[in-house]
Amino acid sequence: MQPVPAVTVRRQQNQRETRGVNTASNPCDVLVAGGGNAALCAALSAAEAGAQVQILEAAPRHFRGGNSRHVRNIRYMHKGPTDIMTGPYEEEPFFEDLLRVTGGKTDEKLARLCIQQSEDAVDWMRARDVRFQPALGGTLQLSETNAFFLGGGKALVNALYARAEMLGVQVAYETEVHGLSMDGGGFSHVTASTPDGEIEVPAKAFVAAAGGFEANIDWLTEAWGPAAKNFLVRGSPYNTGLTLRAMMDAGAATIGDADQCHAVAIDARVPKFDAGIVSRSDSVPFGIMVNKHGQRFYDEGEDFWPKRYAIWGRLIAHQPDQIAYSIIDAKAVPLFMPSVYAPLQADTLAGLANEIGVDAASFEATLGAYNAAVQPGQLDSAVLDGCRTQGLEIEKSNWARPIDTPPFYAYPLAPGITFTYLGVRIDETAAVHLKDDSVAAGLFAAGELMSGNILSQGYLAGFGMTIGTVFGRIAGREAARHAIG
Amino acid sequence: MPSAEGINGAVLEEARRQMEVCNACRYCEGYCSVFPAMELRREFSDGDLTYLANLCHNCRGCYYACQFAPPHEFAINVPQVFAELRSETYAAYAWPGPLAGLFRRAGTLALLALAGALALVLVLAVLLQDAGVLYGTHTGAGAFYAVIPKDLMVGLASAAGIYVALALLIGFVRFLRGSGPEIGAGAVAGAVHDVLTMKNLAGGGPGCNFPGETFSGMRRWLHHLVMYGFFSAFAATCVATIYDHFLGLEAPYDYFSLPVILGTLGGIAMVIGCAGLMRQKFAEDPDPAHKAARPMEWGFLWLLLLTSLTGLALLAFRETAAMGILLAVHLGVVLALFITLPYGKFVHGIYRFAALILYRAESRKE
Repeated sequence: MQPVPAVTVRRQQNQRETRGVNTASNPCDVLVAGGGNAALCAALSAAEAGAQVQILEAAPRHFRGGNSRHVRNIRYMHKGPTDIMTGPYEEEPFFEDLLRVTGGKTDEKLARLCIQQSEDAVDWMRARDVRFQPALGGTLQLSETNAFFLGGGKALVNALYARAEMLGVQVAYETEVHGLSMDGGGFSHVTASTPDGEIEVPAKAFVAAAGGFEANIDWLTEAWGPAAKNFLVRGSPYNTGLTLRAMMDAGAATIGDADQCHAVAIDARVPKFDAGIVSRSDSVPFGIMVNKHGQRFYDEGEDFWPKRYAIWGRLIAHQPDQIAYSIIDAKAVPLFMPSVYAPLQADTLAGLANEIGVDAASFEATLGAYNAAVQPGQLDSAVLDGCRTQGLEIEKSNWARPIDTPPFYAYPLAPGITFTYLGVRIDETAAVHLKDDSVAAGLFAAGELMSGNILSQGYLAGFGMTIGTVFGRIAGREAARHAIG
Repeated sequence: MPSAEGINGAVLEEARRQMEVCNACRYCEGYCSVFPAMELRREFSDGDLTYLANLCHNCRGCYYACQFAPPHEFAINVPQVFAELRSETYAAYAWPGPLAGLFRRAGTLALLALAGALALVLVLAVLLQDAGVLYGTHTGAGAFYAVIPKDLMVGLASAAGIYVALALLIGFVRFLRGSGPEIGAGAVAGAVHDVLTMKNLAGGGPGCNFPGETFSGMRRWLHHLVMYGFFSAFAATCVATIYDHFLGLEAPYDYFSLPVILGTLGGIAMVIGCAGLMRQKFAEDPDPAHKAARPMEWGFLWLLLLTSLTGLALLAFRETAAMGILLAVHLGVVLALFITLPYGKFVHGIYRFAALILYRAESRKE
């Protein structure tokens, strides 16, 4: 391996853009691995503190931004309604929401720090040209708690990159950090792959903000077994976890389990990677779910879909071939958001079984038993309406109606992994702790690869962005302090 | 919704594919009216797509914000496919039908028509006048008529004006005639408001992404200059017509008369606006653009610019010997502009206004 060649300057608009990476004779103050919201918040915060900053982003320019490209809002604490928020969201309700979804498994000190420091997150972003809008249609349940980015996450990262360039932050695309070297208990340099080969990049301080390992099927297979081969990856294909692995190999203490991931039920026909929000499929509560043997396996009407789709990701992961079918009839169609692909359809149940390749006799038996068990009631999709079945081994508790009005439709669903929880352990200065619990000098972490400190299971919409923004800013500030005092 | 008869099915298919992806995402609903209109639908008929395409103001906010933009395999590029669909609309709705083909060569057409009309006016001027008149200095009321006879000028203007108004009106009515929401006065008033403010070029606040990724209000302001300049110059012509026909006051008018003030302000606004828009066009990011529409866009901008420049030149030198030639050239350019209006970029205003009326009507209904 050569010692740090200066990468040739190539700058073409909308093309691959790899600027010169600083050399050993002139190491940058703060080096940031990653190119999403947490990385950019760290880079901006360090640059604004006066540090020279270099970003190493694994993706090419078009796909920069990690999973932040796919986000649409940020959860943040605020004391009253604002121009974009319909009501207040104070520390206690915020913390209670977090306790509820994590089952209490959180580091209260870090969690409260994160919540408190989220208060000026939106103002901070706005001051850096990030634009917001009121909650999107169909997301009113988030209108008191989450601020929506105008245009979504890619517009967010575009604004932050523009700001970073204005401040002179250097950005090298297609440059993935996969090795990390320590020197006397402190950070020394990283090793990264580029289109022109391997490089070593030293710096006075390093912020790891390169996301989780949800796009690394081999790593997922280690944790999940062969089922992981059939997982779809909803986000960036560049979230390989190599930077996280490099930190673990360099002695960083970890938090969370490798088999914990956020996986939701999504349309099985979307591309393997990067289908983001449009992979969603919302029909489940308004019909029944069957596996490839035509059998039901869980209560489809347990709760509202946004509260249950993550459970369904895991449920389908445990079905044969990690596939299941949401079966509805014509009268259910207007009840949910349109999905990106049209459903499979047939005029008879047997025909539909044929379409999805499920044994027709078994399928019709399941449907027949379900239809016979539906109790009378008035369906109301806006509430837990109590329209239920009675007498089935697996009941359906709400929104149960006979599936009897042709044409019949099927949406094939598969587990779609959104993010992983395994991370490195940090403290309130975003400094990374080593296995012996000492602090690694000059080594900081932000975003998904440390979110397990606060959110080690469960999910709270827009909270990943809260963690990324708050700890990105802390990491950038502390890294700059470490580098330039 | 408008009929999509005569519109290329492949373009409609691609627009439909993209809208189905967008409708499952909806992140862009804050940018403009297209996405809220899209969200009123689960399926997209050909007419729906024609309507949505003409509702699009090409601000490009959605392109740069899109996580599915090329090279992503979903290849979502709404500004481009809608621009292509708009070009198709302009051709499909052109009247009379056989002239629709002119849209495909509208840039060239604009220049050819300009040259032809210029030549015609000049030749007539020369044929009908001896050199002493054409190159002489004329001042006072009726001075222009000394060069180009009143009957000829009025005849050409009336014929062109009536024809163009008819062609534009037929397109407008046909666009609105299909099945759709009931159109009341409120919807029309709302659409007029949307046109006068160009709020759909505001990108939900920060402006549009033109000529490149950076947000800017510049294009909206330049468009305002051109649009209000055009209105002002058009008003000048109308006032002058009233002066001439009903008050018996013949041009040229005093520098501080209403027609001259309106015309001058409009001309200056259009010169600045057109020059600015041309400059932006040079710097335009080609990726979200529909390249085949370029000649049509350039042709229209050039005609507007030349109309303004020759009008201002005529004003400046109307008391000199150059007046005769300048008048002939200006009238030639104006004629060229007018007869190409129904077959060039100008019609974007007609169909977008119609689409905004439909949008206001259907959002009211919701």
